[in-house]
Amino acid sequence: MSTKAGTRLEQVLKAGEFAVTVEVGPPKGPNANAVIDKARMLAGIADAYNVTDNQTAVVRMSSIAASKLLLDEGLEPVMQMVCRDRNRIAMQSDLLGASALGIRNVLCLSGDHQKASAGGKLKGHPGAKNVYDIDSIQLVSVVAGLRDRGVQEGGDPITEPAPFWIGAAWTPLAPPTAFRVHRLAKKVMAGADFVQTQAIYDLSAFGHAMAQAVDMGLTEQTFILGGVIVPKSAAMLRYMHRSVPGVVVPDVLIERMAQATDPLKEGIEITLELIAGLRAMPGVKGVHLQAIESEHLLPEIVQAAGLLPRPKGA
Amino acid sequence: MIIAEWKPIAEVVARLKGHRKILVAGCATCVAECAAGGEREVESLAPLLRMALAQQGCAAEVVTATLERQCEPEFIETLFPKMEGVDAVVSIACGIGIQTLGDRFDPVPVYPGVNTTSLAVREQPGVWAVRCEACGNCVLGETFGLCPVARCAKSLLNGPCGGTRENGKCEVNPDVDCIWLKIYERAMARGKLEALLGVQPTRNWSNSRHGGQKVMIREDLRA
Ligand code: SF4
Ligand code: SF4
Repeated sequence: MSTKAGTRLEQVLKAGEFAVTVEVGPPKGPNANAVIDKARMLAGIADAYNVTDNQTAVVRMSSIAASKLLLDEGLEPVMQMVCRDRNRIAMQSDLLGASALGIRNVLCLSGDHQKASAGGKLKGHPGAKNVYDIDSIQLVSVVAGLRDRGVQEGGDPITEPAPFWIGAAWTPLAPPTAFRVHRLAKKVMAGADFVQTQAIYDLSAFGHAMAQAVDMGLTEQTFILGGVIVPKSAAMLRYMHRSVPGVVVPDVLIERMAQATDPLKEGIEITLELIAGLRAMPGVKGVHLQAIESEHLLPEIVQAAGLLPRPKGA
Repeated sequence: MIIAEWKPIAEVVARLKGHRKILVAGCATCVAECAAGGEREVESLAPLLRMALAQQGCAAEVVTATLERQCEPEFIETLFPKMEGVDAVVSIACGIGIQTLGDRFDPVPVYPGVNTTSLAVREQPGVWAVRCEACGNCVLGETFGLCPVARCAKSLLNGPCGGTRENGKCEVNPDVDCIWLKIYERAMARGKLEALLGVQPTRNWSNSRHGGQKVMIREDLRA
């Protein structure tokens, strides 16, 4: 199999296996054990593990450092990188450093604005000076330049190509929905090898967006993983529907959670149905699972979904 | 026009302690339009400063003047007669006016009485909205006349982030339209969606403030 970066995620996808990625949020502190403990809990259940980059503009352990800690535990990281905090010089420097450490998957994001935290439980840094020198699509092309042409964005050569497997995000159900598939196409054009979507709860609406992506030939050029966030209560679903951009939760699902005697059990049930729905959907090549602050639920879920054991990687 | 808004009085007063004669200087152009620094605002700020200073035991004489334009040296000349004995100036013009005054009256300190915020339009009475960051590399021709540099919270150049709200507002501010949604709608209305489908490459920001101080020279106009 010819590969661009040779990551396990790349190999699993190219082998035609249904891929599993899960999210590992780094701690708000300097202790490596916080990452190592999570790594041990989640080992073996996924092909790669997304490490977020100061999500909602709250300071956490750097994505590079936490990714390296995962590597040391034998887990393959997907290092997320947002455009909010660094200009193109810092980003490329971090990318070269990450590559030197053995980090091979990178997910390119515009990132939550620094004011995003002000709406949540944490204070974050709404007064910070932001950067947004380049946007997520341009970041994809910058990483592709480091890999495919061995050049920096400014045109200077690097000593040797940096082998990355390049990811991007897709929020298919945010307005203007008719434009979203075109924006996905731009990411593919810029060089996105794989795509993880915003959390899907409305399978039929997502199915419609996927059909467009299939029609446009995008699923031939990139691997799309459907996003799933494990729901834990009706209140959480209502909150996400109302407040999380691009997340659309059908009323029946909220109602179902509200009626449930054991909401957590029901949430796992719903997660399994979503995974099955995504698995059956033309063009979808894997799932990206998140269990915010409840990562311990993930091994059981992946097992119950019939996705274990994971195929052997390189 | 350039818009500005009053600084908190306490911040201005803190600067003025110890001065004996203070000139409050307004500008009758942009900042008058946005009701921050015109004659009316000068005449309402002066008594507030007098009172606040007196309350803090630093009573000072406060005189006032409003120029047609504080950004042009010719207008500033007319202020000289008023400067007799003045040992501090509070300017409520935009940052350009404040600096021009400061250079001309050096070493008398000229303090800002306003925060200059941006280049904006009056959308409706009492509402000003930023339209331009003076980025020095205008993209309005590609974005159907709507500026993503100034009006998108992330200055995105390749379309909307995933945060556009159901009602079309920006994820960062529920009172502000997602400008990329507006750009998309205008493209559609004009039957020009294809204009938004290409990948916009990384941008040269060096003619923005990121290139250091900008100086524009027109040789044909130089004396
Ligand atoms: S692109 Fe630059 S110059 Fe043009 S309106 Fe926007 S900020 Fe102003
Ligand atoms: S919602 Fe629209 S205006 Fe706001 S940051 Fe995203 S793209 Fe920019």
